[in-house]
Amino acid sequence: MTTIKNEDTIVALATPAGVGAIAVIRVSGPKAIETVDKIFKGRKKLSEASTHTVHYGTIVTGEGELIDDVLVSVFRKPNSYTGEDSVEISTHGSPLITQKIIELLLSENLRIAEPGEFTKRAFLNNRIDLTQAEAVVDVINARTEASLRGSRNQLDGLLSQKVKQLREMLINTSSFVELELDFAEEDIEFVNKDELIKRIDDVINEIDKLLSTYSFGRVIREGVNVALVGKPNVGKSSLLNYILKESRAIVSEIPGTTRDVIREEVSIDGILFKLYDTAGIRASEDVIEKEGVSRSREAVKISDVVLLIGDVEQKFSDDLEEELKTLTGSNHIIKVLNKIDLKKESGIDADVKVSAITGEGIEELFRIMKAKAIGSESYTEKTAVVSNIRHYDCLKRAKESLQIAKESTEGGMSGEFIAVDLRRAEDSLAEIIGEVTTDDILNNIFSKFCIGK
Amino acid sequence: MKTYDIIVIGGGHAGIEAASAAARMGCSVALITMDKYAIGRMSCNPAIGGTAKGHLVREIDALGGVMGRLADKTGIQFRMLNRSKGPAVWSPRCQSDRELYSKAAVEEILSTENLEVVEDSVTDIIIEGKEVKGVKTKSGNDIAAKAVILSSGTFLNALMHVGLNAKSGGRYGEKPATGITESLMKAGFESGRLKTGTPPRLAKDSINWDVLEEQPGDDNPQPFSYQTDLNEFPYLPQVSCHITYTDAAVHKILEKGFDESPMFTGRIKGVGPRYCPSIEDKIVRFADKERHQLFLEPEGLDSDQIYLNGFSTSLPAEIQLEAMRKVKGLENVEMVRPGYAVEYDFFPPHQIDNTLETKLVSGLYFAGQINGTSGYEEAAAQGLMAGINAASKIQGRRDFVLKRSEAYIGVLIDDLVTKSTEEPYRMFTSRAEHRLLLRQDNADRRLMHYGEELGLIDKELSDQVKEREEIIKQSISVCQTKKLHAREVNGYLVSRGTPPIDSTETISKLCKRPELELKELLNVNGAENDPVLRQLINDSVALNQVEIELKYEGYMKRQQETIARLERYEDLKIPLTLNYSTLNALSIEAREKLNKIKPRSIGQAMRISGVSPSDISILLVYLKK
Ligand SMILES: Cc1cc2nc3c(=O)[nH]c(=O)nc-3n(C[C@H](O)[C@H](O)[C@H](O)COP(=O)(O)OP(=O)(O)OC[C@H]3O[C@@H](n4cnc5c(N)ncnc54)[C@H](O)[C@@H]3O)c2cc1C
Ligand SMILES: Nc1nc2c(ncn2[C@@H]2O[C@H](COP(=O)(O)OP(=O)(O)OP(=O)(O)O)[C@@H](O)[C@H]2O)c(=O)[nH]1
Ligand SMILES: [Mg+2]
Repeated sequence: MTTIKNEDTIVALATPAGVGAIAVIRVSGPKAIETVDKIFKGRKKLSEASTHTVHYGTIVTGEGELIDDVLVSVFRKPNSYTGEDSVEISTHGSPLITQKIIELLLSENLRIAEPGEFTKRAFLNNRIDLTQAEAVVDVINARTEASLRGSRNQLDGLLSQKVKQLREMLINTSSFVELELDFAEEDIEFVNKDELIKRIDDVINEIDKLLSTYSFGRVIREGVNVALVGKPNVGKSSLLNYILKESRAIVSEIPGTTRDVIREEVSIDGILFKLYDTAGIRASEDVIEKEGVSRSREAVKISDVVLLIGDVEQKFSDDLEEELKTLTGSNHIIKVLNKIDLKKESGIDADVKVSAITGEGIEELFRIMKAKAIGSESYTEKTAVVSNIRHYDCLKRAKESLQIAKESTEGGMSGEFIAVDLRRAEDSLAEIIGEVTTDDILNNIFSKFCIGK
Repeated sequence: MKTYDIIVIGGGHAGIEAASAAARMGCSVALITMDKYAIGRMSCNPAIGGTAKGHLVREIDALGGVMGRLADKTGIQFRMLNRSKGPAVWSPRCQSDRELYSKAAVEEILSTENLEVVEDSVTDIIIEGKEVKGVKTKSGNDIAAKAVILSSGTFLNALMHVGLNAKSGGRYGEKPATGITESLMKAGFESGRLKTGTPPRLAKDSINWDVLEEQPGDDNPQPFSYQTDLNEFPYLPQVSCHITYTDAAVHKILEKGFDESPMFTGRIKGVGPRYCPSIEDKIVRFADKERHQLFLEPEGLDSDQIYLNGFSTSLPAEIQLEAMRKVKGLENVEMVRPGYAVEYDFFPPHQIDNTLETKLVSGLYFAGQINGTSGYEEAAAQGLMAGINAASKIQGRRDFVLKRSEAYIGVLIDDLVTKSTEEPYRMFTSRAEHRLLLRQDNADRRLMHYGEELGLIDKELSDQVKEREEIIKQSISVCQTKKLHAREVNGYLVSRGTPPIDSTETISKLCKRPELELKELLNVNGAENDPVLRQLINDSVALNQVEIELKYEGYMKRQQETIARLERYEDLKIPLTLNYSTLNALSIEAREKLNKIKPRSIGQAMRISGVSPSDISILLVYLKK
């Protein structure tokens, strides 16, 4: 009852399900080491291993059945990720194997971890702070390199740093306002209205810059949904296969080959694209085909980018284009003309012309897809990126408050009214990184101005 | 052995409020103070009020304290500061006649029933177990009481510095108090050392008044007290202050004395207030400032002394004089008494609760400057609250704690208790997050009902406020619904330079336009016809309240919103017995701070510096278990 104790020992797959050559199973809690010891056969007992050591061995069932060769890492409290004793088992990535190992551990009285529970424990054991915890959750969800980059940026505190800087700016601004209220009798020069407005504007501009990274931040975090649509046989599935570099979808010269929506993920220059290959859209009496077409429409609705595909023979369907525009904004649509290997001069207008056989024009297609997904903002690893909706919301509220503060200033309101909204803006920023107190403002005043009789 | 309900140690601004309130609440009270005629003496500036301090005085008055009444009786210049700004930061201030103020205080105290003044010096506080039992005095008496309020100001082990000469004494010409600090430290209290200073006093007739800039009081002076009769106010003739400035020549002379400065040579160990620096501090820390403003304040109507506000110093007396003689208007000045600094013991205020009772010893209360504050008003506010709480405890009443959202007094005490303090604490309006609501014009609406319940305010006065409250509430709702038509109001709008309306608009909406006045708006369609508005228009105080609430409604709402979000944390109580050392998840700093301060609620914990939002989340998780 005196300490925050997580009595349970928990287990979960630490790598995304189903993908990758290596899967990592993480175990954390007071019984982590002794439990894994029961199913692990190596040169040395894990209970004798010191922290941060890796051990080669095998996982064997009670009946002596060999499951897999594994590498086991031992982390002892308090220096593990969660702050508790923990073990990580790296196995070959087969879902069957990982499933089996987890079942074995569960039969030894472990419990499956709730989503984010490792991070929560890390947080409760004071291994990480709140922003870090949120970023870690993103790391867990991140699938691609850029995702990881974005999250680590945040881990390194790029966003915190930026927000702290904004807070400094606000504290300075508030100090000017408060100075005039609490030290009106002093012989000091107070800041004038224009200067105050300029200072508020500076902060608004900085917030705007941060806000504009959100569409990109969100892309880093969640990936971009891309639907491939068009008339039957224009080469949608062929294009998907080309992009994936594998023959994932069945391709044939028979129109109507693809019946259901096929979803695949691919990372292009560090951005995660979720591709939806769809059934060709045409009027049909076939029940299955009709269902396929309606699913295509659903895919369009959830997509950030729609590739409207035509080919040099079939052109684009104007009707389809009109329909797509009603399902998604016209600025989300990229018109892709396929099969240019067959005919160079088709005279058909398109945003990009490609061949799903030769790969011609595909790089250009990628460039356009990226531009549509992240806007024109250029992103480097030094950019503070807002990728979390909560942070975005805080910044937006801060900005709204600052706009009111600015209006009050322009309207000639007295400082205590301006201060109300400056304070709200400070509070909104504080929700991202921590508290601003009046002491911060007074300290700033005391250090910068000569006051006091 | 003589026995009282309550002993108050020290007849300063804290002590007189404490003694007076407790006695009027029906307790038998002994006010033990070293010098009967020093009761209510102003140690420093002969002035009451000022930014945020004026708010405190209004609140003390609304609760039934004495400071506002004393200030009204003895004020010789009244000004409302910040008049060019919004109503929330208007702050009343007055120059007082130092002699008369103290006299009025003595009279007030001596004429209070149940209150006995004992001229003596307390040397020891008697504590048995964890309970206070009484005090021992210098003249060898033991006096018993159920509660003891310590309000000994700047006197504990006090040391006065002028240049490199240090002399023990709590105030010019007064002895220090010894024994108390030691006795409390033995009981487990932690003490610290602070410093404050005061400027020289000048001979009035040695000043060349003709060359100085005059600063008169307000034409239409406003009293502090809700009880003051406006027909008789102001009671005394009103006088002016004067303004002059230092310059490079003055600074140069002062610098000569730096190697004999008790501050710069490290003799003074106590921490001084940054908002009230000595003149030597100012010229060092703000070297690029060419001049500093000085106020010449009269010490009283008949006094031949002048107080040189802005020139607080502990440099050697000769240097003080030489430097002053370089100041415009002071070329031939005579110094009646040099400025000096005083160092004194205080008890870091995390050791007290919001009732001002110490956490360590039941029945022992600390109030005033010994809690690390500075200023008469801050002291008085604490004295009043300590007096009320000590009496309430003895009488089995509830604790009397004001919220931060109710009063500056609430902010003051909460700040002290939660943040403790390392430098002398002064009130500022920016410390009050509820600033727009905590106005000097509505202290009665906020607090007078408490004063009445406690028996410190006459029912008649309080009833008036309650009646008015009804008018205010009803009027606001009328103004929010009642619409004015374009044809009746547009003429007035245009005449005030604001755009006409298309069809109709509520009075409340129109009132938000800065160009318009509520009274005029009400008259547009004949306030006389509406029973509620008729009352309103005839009560200028209520009218002003309604106008403020309507005009600034949006801002107040937003401020309220910010506050409401945090307010729910105030109700999440933390048991005092919680041992934070065992909560390993907390950061080490948080554990230390929380163990030291022992907050009563999550809200209070959130305000402790060094306690991060993650620490709060962990506490919340823990408390949910
Ligand atoms: C030199 C000086 C400079 C100051 N400068 C400033 C300033 O620049 N700005 C500002 O805001 N405030 C200033 N102050 C502070 C202001 O005077 C105090 O904050 C305020 O008076 C404190 O009120 P109090 O009731 O706590 O104590 P005080 O007014 O100090 O009263 C204490 C009383 O207790 C009595 N007493 C003390 N010990 C005992 C004992 N053991 N037994 C019996 N009686 C005892 C004393 O005789 C005295 O009457 C200054 C004070 C001094 C002395
Ligand atoms: N020459 C050439 N042939 C292509 C190209 N892209 C696709 N094809 C051919 O076109 C035919 C249809 O290709 P699919 O990819 O199945 O077309 P689809 O749009 O998915 O068709 P449905 O699923 O039936 O709607 C196949 O025979 C492909 O080999 C291309 O760029 N050049
Ligand atoms: Mg297909």
